[in-house]
Amino acid sequence: MHTDLPLFPARASTMAGQVDALFFYLLAVSSFFSVLIAVLVVFFAIRYRRRSENEVPPRIEGSVVLEIVWTVIPLGIALSFFFWGAKIYVAMNQPPRDALQVYVVGKQWMWKIQHADGQREINELHVPVNRPVQLTMTSEDVIHDFFVPAFRIKKDVLPGRYETLWFEATRPGRYHLFCSQYCGTNHSRMTGWVDVLEPREYQAWLSGGASAESLASTGAKLFAQHACNTCHRPDSLARGPNLEGLFGRPVRLSNGQTATADDAYIRESIVNPAAKLVEGYQPIMPTYQGLISEEGILQLVAYIKSLAKPSPAGIEMLPPTNLSPASPGAAPPPPGPTPGPAPRGASEKGAA
Amino acid sequence: MSAAEHLPAAEPEEPRGNYLNASYGVRSWLLTRDHKRIALLYLASVTFFFFIGGLFALLIRLELLTPAGDMVQAETYNKFFTIHGIVMVFFFLIPSIPAVLGNFLIPMMIGAKDLAFPRLNLLSWYVYMLGGLFTIWAIVHGGVDTGWTFYTPYSTLSSNSHVIPAALGIFITGFSSILTGLNFIVTIHKMRAPGLTWFRLPLFVWSHYATSLIFVLGTPVIAITLLMVAVERVLHVGLFDPALGGDPILFQHLFWFYSHPAVYIMILPAMGVISEIVPTFCRKHPFGYRFIAYASVAIAVLGFLVWGHHMFVSGQSVYAGLVFSILSFLVAIPSAIKVFNWTATMHRGSISWRAPMLYAIGFIGLFTIGGLTGLFLATLGVDVHVHDTYFIIAHFHYIMVGGAVMGYLGGIHYWWPKISGKLYPEVLARFAALIVFIGFNLTFFPQFILGYLGMPRRYHSYPPEFQVLNVFSTAGASILGVGYVLPLVYLVWSMRYGRNATANPWGATGLEWKTTSPPPPENFEVTPVVDEEPYSYGAPEEAQAIG
Amino acid sequence: MADARQAAAPRALPAGLQHQFESLDQQGDAASFGMWVFLLTEILFFGGLFCAYTIYRWSYAAGFAEASRDMNIVAGTANTAILICSSLTMALAVFSAAKGRRRALLGFLAATIGFGLAFLGVKAYEYTEHIRHHLLPGAGFRYPGPEARPAEIFFSLYFTMTGLHALHMIIGIGILSTLFVMAWRGRFRPEYYNPVEISGLYWHFVDIVWIFLFPLLYLIGRHLK
Repeated sequence: MHTDLPLFPARASTMAGQVDALFFYLLAVSSFFSVLIAVLVVFFAIRYRRRSENEVPPRIEGSVVLEIVWTVIPLGIALSFFFWGAKIYVAMNQPPRDALQVYVVGKQWMWKIQHADGQREINELHVPVNRPVQLTMTSEDVIHDFFVPAFRIKKDVLPGRYETLWFEATRPGRYHLFCSQYCGTNHSRMTGWVDVLEPREYQAWLSGGASAESLASTGAKLFAQHACNTCHRPDSLARGPNLEGLFGRPVRLSNGQTATADDAYIRESIVNPAAKLVEGYQPIMPTYQGLISEEGILQLVAYIKSLAKPSPAGIEMLPPTNLSPASPGAAPPPPGPTPGPAPRGASEKGAA
Repeated sequence: MSAAEHLPAAEPEEPRGNYLNASYGVRSWLLTRDHKRIALLYLASVTFFFFIGGLFALLIRLELLTPAGDMVQAETYNKFFTIHGIVMVFFFLIPSIPAVLGNFLIPMMIGAKDLAFPRLNLLSWYVYMLGGLFTIWAIVHGGVDTGWTFYTPYSTLSSNSHVIPAALGIFITGFSSILTGLNFIVTIHKMRAPGLTWFRLPLFVWSHYATSLIFVLGTPVIAITLLMVAVERVLHVGLFDPALGGDPILFQHLFWFYSHPAVYIMILPAMGVISEIVPTFCRKHPFGYRFIAYASVAIAVLGFLVWGHHMFVSGQSVYAGLVFSILSFLVAIPSAIKVFNWTATMHRGSISWRAPMLYAIGFIGLFTIGGLTGLFLATLGVDVHVHDTYFIIAHFHYIMVGGAVMGYLGGIHYWWPKISGKLYPEVLARFAALIVFIGFNLTFFPQFILGYLGMPRRYHSYPPEFQVLNVFSTAGASILGVGYVLPLVYLVWSMRYGRNATANPWGATGLEWKTTSPPPPENFEVTPVVDEEPYSYGAPEEAQAIG
Repeated sequence: MADARQAAAPRALPAGLQHQFESLDQQGDAASFGMWVFLLTEILFFGGLFCAYTIYRWSYAAGFAEASRDMNIVAGTANTAILICSSLTMALAVFSAAKGRRRALLGFLAATIGFGLAFLGVKAYEYTEHIRHHLLPGAGFRYPGPEARPAEIFFSLYFTMTGLHALHMIIGIGILSTLFVMAWRGRFRPEYYNPVEISGLYWHFVDIVWIFLFPLLYLIGRHLK
């Protein structure tokens, strides 16, 4: 039997300290009231225990003043919890703009992760320390949940939508990744590790992999492969909207409304093109639902995202979003397991 | 209350019939319309379901003794916790206090001969049993593995277990809750004895009135939701499955719209029991009677507005999260008021340490911890971390087991003399209360720590560093199991061998104590007339208000 | 203190009074109040479906509009008229019961039952037509065009909502038939006709549900192109 008895989780992200501070405040207030009630109840039970069967205690019906006191004080304390908690929650839902982009697809019962530079991993996530990382997540089947206790973050991963989650790791190390939304038989095996690396190690890891192509360029190939460019093109032959410079912009729709061209909008336009038709175009695009995997859609999204940058040289020249191009050759094998799509273990099959 | 203290039954002219011996035979029980007999039918059935659910709890704890999932297969384990959840929530906790104690006591407490609709009352028991049969059928034929929450699209798309029979069982049982709630509301409105105004009602009745509101307004929503799950599963249409155009979050909204108020269905009646036990065993008027009564109704109403706090990480909007968070803090306040008032009632009382009072003291302590940890979950930033971990498990077991089950056991002991006409063995009962308290804390306190460490719920296997705390928890569960079997044994024993109880063994106020133990089939020889305030303990001339 | 208001000695119960009540008035009050509480439950029961309808109509406005044009507006309108008439005859039945007019009561009950059956007949015809056009969700569902999926959601809501409503109608007809038999046997008097009254409440409620279903399912999307 394991005899370690950890009582508090590792604290390894910028968010962790904030959540813990609030947690300790809650703990202090709760302990105070629990002890207060427990001491009073036990004290009264002993002090006023029945000494004879004929005792007649005084008749006390209540006190409005006391009722107000113990309504208002807890309410005030509760509001302090609310505002502090809300502040953290809002921060948790606002990823910084310069965050490193990572794409996550959950499926029964594994996590498939793609980096902007093209590295792919399963049930492992390598990230650099002290840099914000934003995860764009979706599911292929049922609802999952991406949970890293050491970072104090968690978000459900839903089929048919993109959810985002961000963190900035502050301490290198290896931390648990759990699926925390029940998702079927091997739910408890849908776990993995988040490896937080020093910048140098991270660079080494990036360049150590087999994958050379960035996510956007894989997306570009997919774009060509599905002949998307026969309609979506910048010249006058276009039968679909031009996608260059599209990402992040508002789009006027045929029903007069406006939508923002974000990840979710692009995904919807691929899967269900008729849902938000751009003004001035005919609903001629067929649905690609089932024809392109969730990972493929994410690659297309990354590609279209890359088109937003005013880069005349096009996609192939797209600078990687990370620090600087890795110095070739100077790559000692990273400490973690080899990256790439090779599964780490038999976790897909489950068992035991 | 002044009702008839010179009841003719006090000096029996001849041994007259009580509701237990008024008639004999299986038919006289299965076709009874007497609310007291129906309460006993419920007592037997919820006890059965409690031990079924408890058995599965024990199996879960045994599996979690070791980090590797080595006792049963993952699929089997998932069925265990699903069955444990469904049986405990829908077939034990929800009907336990209302259908047993509420059924037995409400007519007596308000001086009525029966509930307003005795036939509906019997029907509700049959409906409950029919729902139970469907669920048991699902268990016996291989179980269901969706978790008691039936989250879509897993339940509609992925699970290949017996989702429909289980859901149908809950759907059917829901109607039994609706009928019970409807009956209570009408009875409390229309059948009160002369002079029994709203603010002369026992707090137990107030809390059941609030509970009934939830029964009537919440239960139909879960019924329709489960019906939609069944439609989606049968026809493969996209009501909740996003691959077919549906919205899984809609399911969660509809599900929690009922299932959060359902938590108050479980705890409000227990609060009512505590509000009876504490004044009786302190011989004191409850401190802040009206505030306790109002708090029950406030909990029922606010309870309908907080469902979204189950969904802070599920992808609902940040603004929705903020609104649901602040509303959740508001619903905590009436619960806090109740705890303070119970504690204040003990001040300067004449406190007897009988078993029901021990349960009540245990309830106050455990409910306080359960309620305060609820604040952690209402706090957005902290909930993100502890959501769907063992912290939640520990929290709601403090409310439902530490709260509702303690209240239920306390109530069963308190009214046992009235129900059975016999006294339970006091020493054993106190011992059992102590065992339950210790076992409970050992089981569930370590789970708070596990949760903050990050152990997710519904895990068949877990990282080895969590093992020590899990071993504590399993050890506690086995103690708790003993604590629950003990009352079953000695209460059954007392039915035959216990000493006869007098009409009012505790010296309590309340109309139910003015009639014989066990009561006659029509509850009262004469319809009582009430001309006094409730809980008239102590000499009125000494009445004083502080503050 | 305890002055006995009523002796417990066996008393002669007025016909129709159940033992737990003190008087017919109290019994009638309790029964009507119980029916109102039950209708409250029913509102929440249908409310879940209306909520789902609202959300999907909002998400799939075009698909719902298109699908609602497959509704048979003539049959829907006829059914609405039938139900409104049945509410009238039901109200007249309650009135006749209150006045103690047994023959009128029997006649109006029969008329209400007749209208109810007519409604179900029209509904059955509509269902057959839908099924013939492959509009029943499930494996056999066929819907041309890009709006097939929203249309399928529309039709599953349509069948669930109207099916549940029809189930309520069937139960209602069962209740009215029981009343008819009771009235035939002369069980109702001006002092005791509460069963007729509360069954009327139920019947009107079921009609009102249809008054909401009809525009939502048949009318709202029609004018949209």
